[in-house]
Amino acid sequence: MYNFTFHRPTTVRQAAGLLARNPEAKLLAGGHSLIPVMKQRLAQPSALIDLSLVEGLTGVEQKGRSIVIGAMTRHADAAISPVLQQALPGLAAVPAAVGDPQVRNRGTIGGSVANNDPNADYPAAVLGLGATIITNKRRIAADDFFTGMFSTALEDGEIITKISFSIAKKAAYEKFKHPASGFALVGVFVSKRGADIRVAVTGAGSNGVFRVKSFEEALKKRFAAKSLEGMTIPATGMNSDIHASAEYRAHLVSVLARRALAKATGG
Amino acid sequence: MPAVSMTVNGKAVTGDVEARTLLVQFLREHLRLTGTHVGCDTSQCGACVVHVDGIAAKSCTLLALQCEGAKVTTIEGLAEPNGPLHPMQEAFRENHGLQCGYCTPGMIMSALDIVRRHGNELDEHTIREQLDGNICRCTGYHNIVKAIAAGAKNMPKASTRQAAE
Repeated sequence: MYNFTFHRPTTVRQAAGLLARNPEAKLLAGGHSLIPVMKQRLAQPSALIDLSLVEGLTGVEQKGRSIVIGAMTRHADAAISPVLQQALPGLAAVPAAVGDPQVRNRGTIGGSVANNDPNADYPAAVLGLGATIITNKRRIAADDFFTGMFSTALEDGEIITKISFSIAKKAAYEKFKHPASGFALVGVFVSKRGADIRVAVTGAGSNGVFRVKSFEEALKKRFAAKSLEGMTIPATGMNSDIHASAEYRAHLVSVLARRALAKATGG
Repeated sequence: MPAVSMTVNGKAVTGDVEARTLLVQFLREHLRLTGTHVGCDTSQCGACVVHVDGIAAKSCTLLALQCEGAKVTTIEGLAEPNGPLHPMQEAFRENHGLQCGYCTPGMIMSALDIVRRHGNELDEHTIREQLDGNICRCTGYHNIVKAIAAGAKNMPKASTRQAAE
């Protein structure tokens, strides 16, 4: 790992100031994506700005018909949040499925979403529930947030403070977990909130998380696994690596979508 | 060089470290607490698991500076130097829950975290699921699972965190 300077601000404003003064700085949340990448010398930030002492960035709250999760909320805490389990259990299942217990003890929702790893779990839920990403500067709709592999709409100096999820009546996540890394080889999040039906896929696309419009269309008639019977998606644009071919990932997308639907509809 | 201070196994410690010094390096190379091991160095094997403020973490993926002011417990902190073993350590001994022993400190620190989160009565399925982040290359896990179930039973209820801190 290359060396860097280390900062521990206590307010979002201080963190933003440090970012402005250190153009090559990176924000440090749980660090379980960033530190491994730095150890491989694939990233060389001049400074790390640790957000763990910044006040007001943790916790899960219900606000009207929304669930709001602080950016520094750790996966282990989100997974067992009674508020979340009660209002939106399909979302609670996502942090519960990340990595392994020690990773869940450190990793955060804000870190996962800002990093937009093409195999991360949270991006599927954020896109699959049409969440709103709230930063120190603005609110960004999930549909506009994820702009490609490891890339997001976040601008320089922008810090995610919380993420707001509208409570969907039906929602579920299914993943095919890579047994060594714990990442999603493919993961599918499905949800239905009134007429808004979403199917979001992580792990499969070479541009990161994406929606399957053809599935969403087919589910408009009936939100059930049966509606997708016989439907597939093309392998073009799917990732292909030593772990799985593009064709296999495309196949998993339809299998996992049906399983998620069965879970979401209690079937 | 930045200074760092924390409490390790109940003792206040300080040190001058580079910002990039990992917690596991600080423990092993600065404090000479070599019970915490580095297996993979890629956050996967769990040989480096310690408790930070009572919660299990992979110390190869934490910077020492992130633990400024924290209470850290390593395998050396579970029992008094010449006193009896911690019930979880004793259960690993009793059940032959190790062969080469390399993964054992991490296994035991993770086992205590399982008890913290799931209580003293652990079924085999829970233990196996919760050992997802710890890899053993000798035993096939069978005796480790047995040891954790027995150790959990023998630990005092609701005092898990005290015992581990």
